[in-house]
Amino acid sequence: MKALRRYIDKIKPNFQKGAKFGMFHSTFDAFETFLFVPDKVTTRGSHIRDSIDMKRTMTVVIMALMPAMLFGMWNVGYQHSLMIGESWTLWQNFWFGFLKVLPIIIVSYGVGLGIEFAFAQSRGHDVNEGFLVSGLLIPLIMPVNVPLWMVAIATAFAVIIGKEVFGGTGMNVFNPALLARAFLFFAYPSHMSGDKVWIAAAEGDKIIDGFSGATPLASAAAHQMDKMPSVYDMFMGFIPGSIGETSTLAILIGAAILIISGIGSWKIMLSTVIGGLTAGYLFNIFAVNPYMEVPAWHHLLLGGFAFGAVFMATDPVTAAQTERGKWIYGFLVGFLALLVRVLNPAYPEGMMLAILLMNAFAPLIDYYVVEANISKRLKRAKKVAKS
Amino acid sequence: MSKVIKIRKGLNIPLVGQPEKVLIRADMAETYAVKPSDFPGLTPKLNVQVGDKVKAGNPLFHDKYRPNIVFSSPVSGEVVEVRRGDRRVIEEVVVKTTGSVDYEQFEAVSPVQLTREQVVEKLLKSGTWPYLRQRPYGIVANPDDKPKSIFISCFDSAPLSPDMDFAVNGEQEAFQAGIDALKRLTEGEIHLGLNADYPASSVFAKAKDVQLHHFTGPHPAGNVGIQIHHIDPINKGDVVWTVNPLDVIIIGRLFLKGVYDATKVIALAGSDVVKPRYYRIVSGARVDSILKDNLVKTDNEHRIISGNVLTGAKVESIGFIGFYDNMVTVIPEGKHHEFFGWMAPGFNKHSASRTFFSKLLPGKSFKLDTNINGGERAYVLTGQYEKVLPMDIYPVHLIKAILANDIDKMEQLGIYEVVEEDLALCEYVCTSKVEVQEILRKGIESMIKELS
Repeated sequence: MKALRRYIDKIKPNFQKGAKFGMFHSTFDAFETFLFVPDKVTTRGSHIRDSIDMKRTMTVVIMALMPAMLFGMWNVGYQHSLMIGESWTLWQNFWFGFLKVLPIIIVSYGVGLGIEFAFAQSRGHDVNEGFLVSGLLIPLIMPVNVPLWMVAIATAFAVIIGKEVFGGTGMNVFNPALLARAFLFFAYPSHMSGDKVWIAAAEGDKIIDGFSGATPLASAAAHQMDKMPSVYDMFMGFIPGSIGETSTLAILIGAAILIISGIGSWKIMLSTVIGGLTAGYLFNIFAVNPYMEVPAWHHLLLGGFAFGAVFMATDPVTAAQTERGKWIYGFLVGFLALLVRVLNPAYPEGMMLAILLMNAFAPLIDYYVVEANISKRLKRAKKVAKS
Repeated sequence: MSKVIKIRKGLNIPLVGQPEKVLIRADMAETYAVKPSDFPGLTPKLNVQVGDKVKAGNPLFHDKYRPNIVFSSPVSGEVVEVRRGDRRVIEEVVVKTTGSVDYEQFEAVSPVQLTREQVVEKLLKSGTWPYLRQRPYGIVANPDDKPKSIFISCFDSAPLSPDMDFAVNGEQEAFQAGIDALKRLTEGEIHLGLNADYPASSVFAKAKDVQLHHFTGPHPAGNVGIQIHHIDPINKGDVVWTVNPLDVIIIGRLFLKGVYDATKVIALAGSDVVKPRYYRIVSGARVDSILKDNLVKTDNEHRIISGNVLTGAKVESIGFIGFYDNMVTVIPEGKHHEFFGWMAPGFNKHSASRTFFSKLLPGKSFKLDTNINGGERAYVLTGQYEKVLPMDIYPVHLIKAILANDIDKMEQLGIYEVVEEDLALCEYVCTSKVEVQEILRKGIESMIKELS
């Protein structure tokens, strides 16, 4: 460690502003602070500071994503083995999935971090750690068959249009990962929906008779209720779907990590679930077709609801920022997700659109919550003035 | 006992180096100083030159824009230095003592027999007036104002803070005289905030002509700003005054003995102090008078803080104790690189979040240094500040309004109700390492400029 530190201290002057490699200042700084917490001390204000920093925070979120990612890799292999009608071992399934998913992750991180570094460099900022999470979220909400070049342009779109044009991490309006998915969803719909995209398949793979590859949501939307998997399968995640979204159990483990560490907002998670259940029960009451009769709580296990509620809606930058606002925001995310899902035949999944829509409205919610605080203060002043 | 006000939000930071309840009468320091930087917004004008002889209670400098507010020497002796900083700003006016204190006489008289004007004049002339501070803004009170009420917080909840009951022990008479004087200054009430967790010292509990309020909960429950917010919040146009309990005693002595006797009991605390204890000193003493032979010997530098670790001022090893401060804290400097520090399990790292394993060790005390523990970033996380601010205020929105220099928004979001110490914990917990206290002071300064 000491030798490494000495080496860094030796080459550091080359990267100072004005020096030979001064233009790579941000890049150098990003790698140095990755290895060593800086030796900067407080000068003003509080003399001691909490040990938490952005790197720690993002690490916790990545750890929370691990169960969903690992399960997703296994499930890619498992679904493939179902399709070709063979029975594979756990390791066969996982290895197959690992090889399928890893390139997507590499492309997402490579493109995204490349752009982040370039922007930080040109602005003279420190590289922000935000993309470490977005870069893993993007692969987890992709269908496994998505071509890598699509992942690349979707990531570029999300980082540049979704984040950097607003001023970088912390300033963006929309969740970058969801923006990447929405971009592909509207630009290349044939690669993002249908029955074929969810199972890793190459040309020439034999497909056993009767295998459809449709997600439960697609079956439900088509009112083919006999094709719906069992609740156990849906909860465990033995179903087709985006890479990381299928296992509610794995996502719940992630949720537990986020809530225990205090990084994720339990208020948003809970209110999203309440919103979804409310809409679900309303559908049950006024059911006119088989989809509306699907028990409300089944919706929590279907599609991207759980993943969205735990990892997407809780993104602190794009969610409502006031505590009261978080309740309203989460409720509406859950409610709208089911509304889109059940009532709109064009979109089998509503979570993505619901969250993006509420991202747009989150500042408005906050505005009214803060206004309420302001008018309360004014009222207090007036009451005193009168008496 | 009146109703107990329960503070739910906040954070106690358990640090190593809690002062032991042993009182030591410190030797006189070689030099004493009054520092204009203790008074935000002040433009000082000197009354003395280097070489002048002064008595305790003689003015050293005054406020350029309110010339009747003077700042007096706490001891007698010779003015030996006027230290100036950038752009010749006066930083310290240093007085060398003769060993004993020779007091300027201001006539001992009970404040009950005086009119308001006479009390004001006496406080101004003796240089004890600056002990009165006003809210909004946390600046020295304006003698022309008639405050709605006066608030005194009789306990300190900051990390390692001194036990006020111990520090005021035996000063009942002076405290009451101080209260009597303050009572002449306001037509409203004098509010004392007490800690509900233990019976308060009789100095506070038996004080007459005051209203007692009991608080319980984590820091910042002992901050007077928090107490005001829960007792009678400040509205636009209101002016209330605040005084520290130790300073009430100094004011009381002025009326009892007719002298400016700035003796007070302060705590010396922190992990770099060998024997953290209480010291009886005179305000403005050079810190080495209580630090000598009492610092842990290490290769690491010491950070000497006049005040507590959250809001105090950094002082040099031959610096001076601040005007309002009731403690001196010494902790290690944090100038070191930590290999993969952000990944470490962190059994000895303190955090308000639950991302370090130290949360599994309840009751543990921490030895924290001055490292910032990360890089400055844009705001990403939300809801952090709110967890440590027991006020009906949106701190992040307020800080953003200040950064945007939006005067109307600052006012609407409650800038009148807060000073730096109230938001100090927000700065401590901030993941993005935003300098909250400095930003807030800038906001207060632009409010003062805009409204004057």
